[in-house]
Amino acid sequence: MSDNLSAQTIRITGQHGEEIEAYLATPAGEASRGGVVVIHHMPGYDRASKEITRRFAELGYDALCPNLHWREAPGAAPDDAAAAARARGGVPDDRLVGDVDGAVEKLRALPTSNGKVGVIGYCSGGRQSVLVACSLPVDAAVDCYGAFVTGEPPEGMPISGNIVDRLPDLRCPLLGLFGNEDRYPSPEHVDELEQILKANGKDFEFHRYDGAGHGFFAVDREMYRVAAANDGWERIESFFARTLGD
Amino acid sequence: MCTYNTVRTEVDGSAKGPHGKWFHVTDATVYYDHPVHAMAAHTLNIDVADPAGGPSARVALELTATAARALATAIEDALVAVPEDLLT
Repeated sequence: MSDNLSAQTIRITGQHGEEIEAYLATPAGEASRGGVVVIHHMPGYDRASKEITRRFAELGYDALCPNLHWREAPGAAPDDAAAAARARGGVPDDRLVGDVDGAVEKLRALPTSNGKVGVIGYCSGGRQSVLVACSLPVDAAVDCYGAFVTGEPPEGMPISGNIVDRLPDLRCPLLGLFGNEDRYPSPEHVDELEQILKANGKDFEFHRYDGAGHGFFAVDREMYRVAAANDGWERIESFFARTLGD
Repeated sequence: MCTYNTVRTEVDGSAKGPHGKWFHVTDATVYYDHPVHAMAAHTLNIDVADPAGGPSARVALELTATAARALATAIEDALVAVPEDLLT
């Protein structure tokens, strides 16, 4: 681990061969290492998401955060882009998977890649991280309080249901980090996910935090809970060391 | 959680937005979700926008649920107080 790193905005090939923006952070040096795709939350490809991406570089990974709102608002401020994407119905699941696929391929093509790539997402990105792990050949996935992996969305919500039927396809170890005061996902939703993964013989590790609700990693928001976030980062560090190391 | 719900409506009027400029607005989106700036887990968010002017052509509000209801009531009260023949 070193704090000697570099970060830059690049272009990658997303779904249907379309070019999108992405934020790449890489440790200094040529040592072989794993890669991490950071799926940003619904408020966008923002400063906090890029800070997380740089943290993974500090932890020794090549890290890449694709701008999921690029098509709706190329070059716009992250909050404006998130608003524009929302006004047009949000990010479709198939497009998300296609764009993350491009990010995974980009990381594997780096000369420093050891061939292993993990994915992590927060909030809506938590659900998307699990979806990716059920759809693409990634080596590890982290779900930070993603709603509607299990559980039914309230009536009228435009999201296309939970992804329970996809869970048998989960193809890599999954780390889940949840707040016990969260309602979406609630502790019961997490219980259901745990039971399904157990029944399907999946490799998973969950940690649940008292005194924390949704969004506890978000240092710039009221939901930030330092004890849960600090422990969560340690869990992530150990998990990726196990799953993405040489 | 992200609620995913978004209510859209057409609007006709003007807003004062980026760089202190007034612009014509045609669309509004209303949703209850995580704010960018307000100190709350969730807020009622309103974007009044001119999509033809690009993503930055919008005025954004993030209000607590209580404040949003108060604003909605104030808007209704203001309209009710106006003679019908002045309303367009």
